[in-house]
Amino acid sequence: MLTKRIIPCLDVRNKKVTKGVKFQNNIDLGDPVEMAVAYSDGGCDELVFYDITASAERRPIDIEMVREVAKAVHIPFAVGGGIETLDDMYRALLAGAEKVSVNSLAVKNPAIIAEGAKVFGSQCIVLGMDPVKTGDPAKFPSGYEVTIRGFRERTGLDALEWAKRAEDLGVGEIVINSVDADGTRDGFELRLTRMISTSVGIPVVASGGAGVPQHLTDVFTQGCADAAIIASMIHTGEYTIGQIKAELVQAGVPIRRKW
Amino acid sequence: MIAIIDYKAGNLTSVRLALEYIGVECEITNDPARILAADRVIFPGVGAAAEAMKNLRELQLLEPIKTVVSRGTPFLGICLGTQVIFEYSEEDGGTPCIGLAPGTVKRFTPSNPADKIPQMGWNAVEFRCFGEPFPRNQSAVLRCFGEPFPRNPNSVPRCFGEPLPRNQKAVPRCSGEPFPRNQSACHPLFNGIEDGSEFYFVHSYYPSPSDAAYTMGETEYADARFASVIGKGNLFATQFHPERSGRIGLKLLENFSRWDGKC
Repeated sequence: MLTKRIIPCLDVRNKKVTKGVKFQNNIDLGDPVEMAVAYSDGGCDELVFYDITASAERRPIDIEMVREVAKAVHIPFAVGGGIETLDDMYRALLAGAEKVSVNSLAVKNPAIIAEGAKVFGSQCIVLGMDPVKTGDPAKFPSGYEVTIRGFRERTGLDALEWAKRAEDLGVGEIVINSVDADGTRDGFELRLTRMISTSVGIPVVASGGAGVPQHLTDVFTQGCADAAIIASMIHTGEYTIGQIKAELVQAGVPIRRKW
Repeated sequence: MIAIIDYKAGNLTSVRLALEYIGVECEITNDPARILAADRVIFPGVGAAAEAMKNLRELQLLEPIKTVVSRGTPFLGICLGTQVIFEYSEEDGGTPCIGLAPGTVKRFTPSNPADKIPQMGWNAVEFRCFGEPFPRNQSAVLRCFGEPFPRNPNSVPRCFGEPLPRNQKAVPRCSGEPFPRNQSACHPLFNGIEDGSEFYFVHSYYPSPSDAAYTMGETEYADARFASVIGKGNLFATQFHPERSGRIGLKLLENFSRWDGKC
């Protein structure tokens, strides 16, 4: 049967993988290609790279990095950050990325999802969304509002509605990156993940909050996620992918065990 | 030289990079002459059947493809490439395809909403030997082309031209590969790959061969147990992406790079 996917996330800044704490005190963790190879050899199912300063520096994604990663690893990887146009998508995919991720861009110009899906195929287009818990049920029936620009700007969009709309537009996969859980290592945002995953017919990836292997078990069972993104818990060396997967196997979650 | 057919059906970069990584010479081409001159041909593809068939027609690639397959050139189909070799696909309202393999391509119709479409991720491939279950149990009655394996040690049935073993303790061979002593492979392209290994899939449609002997591997998803690997003679085709399936996928590509097309 289809297994759940563990996806390490590498935030890249100035060609180094970085750990940012709410965009301050960035610590360099290593070379993106070396880390990608290590995680791939270590059993991860996919990878995702975010070029975190591309937008702020008003430049497209670092294509050279995409190329180097594609030469070194042979599992699927997605890239995001600095994807503003169809041409950016094209170059990233041609450089060897399997998928491109759009976030703020999709909110500002939802048609880009449909265009990208038409030209490259839905499976290449990932919607990243950063929802935050909010207390206005009339305006936000799901209980969550979509934010953009690194959580700084509120959009007035309800998270569940936005997810469904993106699906209609042709997006291939949705990454839900919880603002509230991000960086806490206290567990994924299970309620919203489950809500969206059971409301759309496309794969849903949970992101934000992974701290211990139990969180992964929870997000795949209670959260109904098809895949989950992890970061600090492996970047710090506290856990290996093998350990995480061993626990998932124990918990009866279908997971890939040979690599 | 391996020719990777480019018919504007998706991104060929990862196929090329995977082959380069394992040190295999390849070229991406849509030139019929280059395809006909190649030692081996890879027919990849990501996208939709109708667009693929339209491009193949416009680029006049249908004849070269049929020629390389019929003359015995080792031929590897991947993903959409695996689908369009059949007679017909349900995609795009129904699309007639190349017709190199008998059968159709069907859409997943899951009853469980948790089964998302497309199937995206790693799933297990169970080996089949021309449609027959791959023997895990050496004392089981193995079959070869529907013929019972040797119950009568005095007969000398043949398996792909090779004598079947009089002595059941011997290691019979099938397609040149050892039969289940080490359970390694029923097909040269699976050499060194464990039965039940997971490969990476991204697809909403799946092959449905009308002749079970074409099935070399099966996978389960969304209420369907489908042929994820197709094979006959020099034709071998996977629904999954070997170039995205890590070490195991690279091993399959490496096996292909050495394959003489015989099975």
